[in-house]
Amino acid sequence: MLYALCFLLFMIGLYCAAVKKNMVKIVIGIMVMEYAVNLFLIMLGYRLGGMAPIIDKSHLESEAVFAQFLNSAVDPLPQALVLTSIVISLGSLALMISICIRMYEKYGTFDITEIRRLRG
Amino acid sequence: MTMPLPVFIVIPLVTAFLLPIFGKKGKAVATVLANVATISLLVLAVLSIGQSRVYEVGKWPIPLGINLVLDGLSSLLLLVISVVSAAAMLFSARYMEQYTAKAKYLTLFLLMVAGMNGVVLSGDIFNLFVFLEIASISSYALVGFGGEHEELEASFKYMVLGSIASIFVLFAVALVYGNTGSLNMAYISKAIQSSGLNVGLTFALTLFVVGFGLKAALVPFHAWLPDAHPSAPAPISAMLSGVLIKTLGIYALARMIFNVFGISVSIGWLLVTLGIVSMVAGAFLAIGQWDLKRLMAYSSISQIGYVVLGIGLGGLIIARGGNLAWASLAILGGLFHLVNHAVYKALLFLTSGSVQMSTGTRQLKQMGGLAEKLPVTRATCTIASASIVGIPPFSGFWSKLILVVAAVQAHFYWIAAIIVFVSLCTLIMYLKVQRYVFLGELPENLQQIKENRGTMLVAMVFLACLCVLMGLLVLMPVLKSNILEPAVEVLKEGLLYADRVISMVEKV
Repeated sequence: MLYALCFLLFMIGLYCAAVKKNMVKIVIGIMVMEYAVNLFLIMLGYRLGGMAPIIDKSHLESEAVFAQFLNSAVDPLPQALVLTSIVISLGSLALMISICIRMYEKYGTFDITEIRRLRG
Repeated sequence: MTMPLPVFIVIPLVTAFLLPIFGKKGKAVATVLANVATISLLVLAVLSIGQSRVYEVGKWPIPLGINLVLDGLSSLLLLVISVVSAAAMLFSARYMEQYTAKAKYLTLFLLMVAGMNGVVLSGDIFNLFVFLEIASISSYALVGFGGEHEELEASFKYMVLGSIASIFVLFAVALVYGNTGSLNMAYISKAIQSSGLNVGLTFALTLFVVGFGLKAALVPFHAWLPDAHPSAPAPISAMLSGVLIKTLGIYALARMIFNVFGISVSIGWLLVTLGIVSMVAGAFLAIGQWDLKRLMAYSSISQIGYVVLGIGLGGLIIARGGNLAWASLAILGGLFHLVNHAVYKALLFLTSGSVQMSTGTRQLKQMGGLAEKLPVTRATCTIASASIVGIPPFSGFWSKLILVVAAVQAHFYWIAAIIVFVSLCTLIMYLKVQRYVFLGELPENLQQIKENRGTMLVAMVFLACLCVLMGLLVLMPVLKSNILEPAVEVLKEGLLYADRVISMVEKV
């Protein structure tokens, strides 16, 4: 169910990036897609009633406690991946917005139907 | 000599961040330093031929840590990247004097090289995605480097499609991790072999094909390329067309399909179809162009089609259980064409840059008669055109010949016919370039132009020599068995890749 909603968010972003005429809205659409994927990654590692995956001495006291720790600890890897991908998307967002601003200076509009010097 | 694999990524990365320190006054120092970096990468790439190693980053054992894998395919791509980037860097030393902020340009250039080397060496899909983004983001900035109307527009278009492609790849990475519980290519491959493809993995494979297909500009996804490649400064066009679309697109796609997911008949047909559509559509669109660099950009799409066709045909034959000799011949043709195309398309873009710098225009109709004024440019351009068309002693002939022979032997006669037909279209395209740029009447306003000197010529002549000599790669058994065949083996072994990588780790 949650995965379906996440996919819906992804499709909304893709629709926005593909259909909208305003450059800023296209950028927003791309970022919505990016967040949908980040959300998906986070959900992969999520566990209902999970705990932070940090081992300390009390977990190693007996087999049973350790097994219980393994069963309830969330997967830390997707969180590391999401942090990386957020940093990357921040970089590309900054570049995209700066190009939008430069284009607004040159053309005086954000409408991509009016920015059509390249054809063929 | 063995050196740790990260040098291929560390050298350009460190140099890239050193360069801005020199600022405006140290422009010459920065240029020399950047050239030293690319040339030392070339030397290292030549030294790494024939080796095959796994490096564990930070000594973390796989699958816990990240690993870098050097094998036949990686070292072939490393060699191609370093040859083209060394030539393009030499060319930019003089060509980029027209632009301001040269140090920033050199930084972005080296970042792009670092990203591409990382993509080629990475043995971990998330790491591959990170390097793919490093290379892509610096290429978006480089396309818009001129900062004029067209450049910004092309850069925006490229960036929107490129970002969507990257997000698709990231989504596929997430799906693969969710389904197999690993990010290491070898371990994913193991997991897929034991459990088979389920719905999620099939969807991930589709996303990989679309994402890498967008990066490689295969035909349904090619819309950005004819705008982006001509708008970039000439050495960058050479890098983009020569190596970027191949490492981010073709290499990544081939690695995923052959070594991780495993080739099947339907994927083989998909690659063959994409290849043929790209070849034909790219060639037809190119003939109608009147902008020199735009024509070359469309012809890149067509040539990329040959590479995908060769690799796909090989995969198809393997998946059907056909004769492995013909399969490896088809893959050899595809990979050899990849190498050839990198060299002659880079050379063509460099000559177009030389023409543009002398005449100040890229429109074919405003030129003519430049043969006398620009003798070296003319000679190198003719060699590159002869190679791309496939005239016998030059490199393009051999790769196309291998592809045709492979197609005929595997009884795909119609594919062989299409290959020959597209070659004819290519011939028309480059005759048009020769006719309008170098022959005919010299226009009044171009009487005063002079040939460009210095490093630009060195770069062009270097690549032209390679174009002539590259036939030796298949004709001389020593070179063939050391450079091309290991790369073919990597694709042919398919899923055995996983066992090989894991066993190499244990040996260490």
